[in-house]
Amino acid sequence: MAEVTSCHGGAAADAAPAGASETAAPSLDPAAFARVGADGIAVLDLAIENLHCPSCIPRIEGALAEQPGLVEGRVNLSTRRLRLRWRLEAADPERLVEAVTAQGFRLAPCDPAALQDAQAREGRELLRALAVAGFAAGNVMLLSVSVWSGMVSDMGPATRDLMHWISALIALPAVAYAGRPFFRSAFAALRGGRLNMDVPISLAVLLAAGMSLFETLRGAEQVYFDAAVMLLFFLLIGRYLDLRVRGRARSAVENLMALRAATATVVQPCGTRRRVAIAEVRPGMRLAVAAGERIPADGRILAGRSEIDTSLVTGETLPRPAAPGVEVFAGTLNLSAPLEVAVTAAGEGTLLAEILRLMEAAEQGRARYVRWADRAARIYAPAVHLAAAGTFLGWLAFGGLGWQDALMVAIAVLIITCPCALGLAVPAVQVAAVGRLLRGGVLVKAADALERLAAVDTVVFDKTGTLTLGRPELVDAAAVDPDALRQAAALAALSRHPLSRALSRAAGPVPAVTGAVREEPGAGLAAVQSDGSELRLGSRAWCGLPETADDPGDDPAEDPGKVAAGGSVAGPELWLSRPGRAPLRFAFKDAPRADAAAVVAWLQRRGLRLELLSGDRAPAVAETAAALGIAAWQAGCRPGDKIARLEALARDGRRVLMVGDGLNDAPALAAAFVSASPAEAADVSQTAADLILQGSTLAPLIEAVRVARRSRRLVFQNFGLSIGYNLVAVPLAVAGLVTPLIAALAMSSSSIVVTLNALRLNWMKREAQP
Amino acid sequence: MTVLAYLIPAALFLGLLGLGAFLWALRSGQFEDLDGAAHRILFDDEGPDRADGEES
Repeated sequence: MAEVTSCHGGAAADAAPAGASETAAPSLDPAAFARVGADGIAVLDLAIENLHCPSCIPRIEGALAEQPGLVEGRVNLSTRRLRLRWRLEAADPERLVEAVTAQGFRLAPCDPAALQDAQAREGRELLRALAVAGFAAGNVMLLSVSVWSGMVSDMGPATRDLMHWISALIALPAVAYAGRPFFRSAFAALRGGRLNMDVPISLAVLLAAGMSLFETLRGAEQVYFDAAVMLLFFLLIGRYLDLRVRGRARSAVENLMALRAATATVVQPCGTRRRVAIAEVRPGMRLAVAAGERIPADGRILAGRSEIDTSLVTGETLPRPAAPGVEVFAGTLNLSAPLEVAVTAAGEGTLLAEILRLMEAAEQGRARYVRWADRAARIYAPAVHLAAAGTFLGWLAFGGLGWQDALMVAIAVLIITCPCALGLAVPAVQVAAVGRLLRGGVLVKAADALERLAAVDTVVFDKTGTLTLGRPELVDAAAVDPDALRQAAALAALSRHPLSRALSRAAGPVPAVTGAVREEPGAGLAAVQSDGSELRLGSRAWCGLPETADDPGDDPAEDPGKVAAGGSVAGPELWLSRPGRAPLRFAFKDAPRADAAAVVAWLQRRGLRLELLSGDRAPAVAETAAALGIAAWQAGCRPGDKIARLEALARDGRRVLMVGDGLNDAPALAAAFVSASPAEAADVSQTAADLILQGSTLAPLIEAVRVARRSRRLVFQNFGLSIGYNLVAVPLAVAGLVTPLIAALAMSSSSIVVTLNALRLNWMKREAQP
Repeated sequence: MTVLAYLIPAALFLGLLGLGAFLWALRSGQFEDLDGAAHRILFDDEGPDRADGEES
């Protein structure tokens, strides 16, 4: 298991940074999300964030069991969700949710939307079809085996006919029921003037069943009912597995989304506050955004002074000052003080709308990709039809057979060539690959993402939040005077500013300062000590130092805390001023992820070309690129610039894997040949990305590339096996030598060989950690 | 061969029984949470009927 998360469930155990950082988890108003049925029972689905092990189930359900009015409270471990059903008048949903959150679990309402319902319905339909086909295949085989043994013993024609009739009674309804998924898809393809794999499948199944019925009526010796139902059975297995694994990845993604700020606090004209779902936020509303919350919608600040962390939107690491009149964007983080924001008119003007428009335009390029199975079907389906038709006409014209016998031979060709193994060749490998990646912390969202990933030759990274942690870290923590660090951290524990949090992380657990502390947004913190003197932590100016004199190159118009203080580190800084001592400087930088250099080196060793496209400023990007050994980099990229670069690469015939996390990366993620984003990425980016890397490392990317390449090899091996089997069997079928027994044996054995070959993916060893 | 008259219906009946049981299980939601079901059997029963009688 890759998930070795210790499961204490407590929010405190959740590796929370020091300070009050995690207490502002989006409090939710569950009543707003509940669906009320006609019988007065309300239903609410909740995603559970920190549900990792089965022993959490009784803790959650036990806590709920004592609640009055609850009809059902059941945890689903597979989807990591909790379903609550309660009698509307008898229970308070807020109490129910609190009972669970008191156990240390984080909950967020998630709407099993129409999309998911449709998928669940499709899954159940496939499973029912699979059950019916399995039942029919088993029983028809039972009868067929008796007929086959009857041929070498003494079964009379009357008994044989009886067997055939019973087979027909089982097989025909089963084919009609279990074949519907294939018939529908084949019909849709034909109506669109295309051929897909389902066309020869449907044709073979229908012709085999129809012709067998005709032969049964004639009292002939050989019928193909068993071949028809077995074909359906094997193919349905492949379909169902495929759907299930993808559905699982998708529900995990939905849970991730649901756990974001799902509500906004609206200040009503009368002054009262109300929490509403984000979807209900309208332009003109007045929103209150507490310190530490994400801003739920684009808007303009009405009141409050604070700092805004825009790293998810622009890729810039340093917070921007925010004051009344400043525009703010959805998804950015309010750092230091409460704000009131007027929601500006939604529509074409907003940043999100602009990003979405760019994404739509970009996605059209990707839709041209043709999946392996469809590519195979394009060649294979016409070949199958030609071979069968040629056989029929050949026997009719030159073989001297009547049309029934010629048709029987042609059907044998269709059944033998029917892409049973081919239909399993791709899904079986993908199911094994997606399942393996899911265990390794990679969610595969798009069905063909692995195919595209295997063909990649260039990797483009975003910097902030992708290659780096997206948050500042104290530089050279060991060299700092530990006493000063402890004092500074005691003060920093009270602030939500990213630099303060970094200081707290570096210092470890330190009791917060007691006494009067004030925080000045954009400047710093000050604590009055017992002797009346003041301890200050903050910007250069806040600590009484002159504005930077030694670095005239930098732009002093920006927030003062941002100005570099000479030396090579062009990063943010904090100063600590203690009474009677010289101010002390703490320097910070946005450190690369722990394994970023190793991942970059691994990708370069595999012959992939790497590039870095960032929205951040040039010195910061140059430093990261140099530290990680990436030669090609570009700074100050706007979303349009990133797309332009990706398009230029595509024109050079390069297949690009884009890895990014910010809102500004979303269009590029959609434009790239294939894309990945870390789990902390912006919602829109996760929607656009094909792969989502979980955990705080980049190593899953290596696993994804390896598994994708290995899958491609296995898929092509499987195609090879299918074709090899056809090369042997088709001449026999064309020559009219294939009996139903041989058809059944050949079909099941080739399917099983292909599936076993796919399972070899699970034997592949994990790469030793680079 | 008269034995076939009993055996084939018996085989079909058993097969249909299995199919019916599977479809019933599917409809009653037994395939919704395969991971959770594997572990639930290991938990001590703490239903409301026992919660009043015993501490824990």
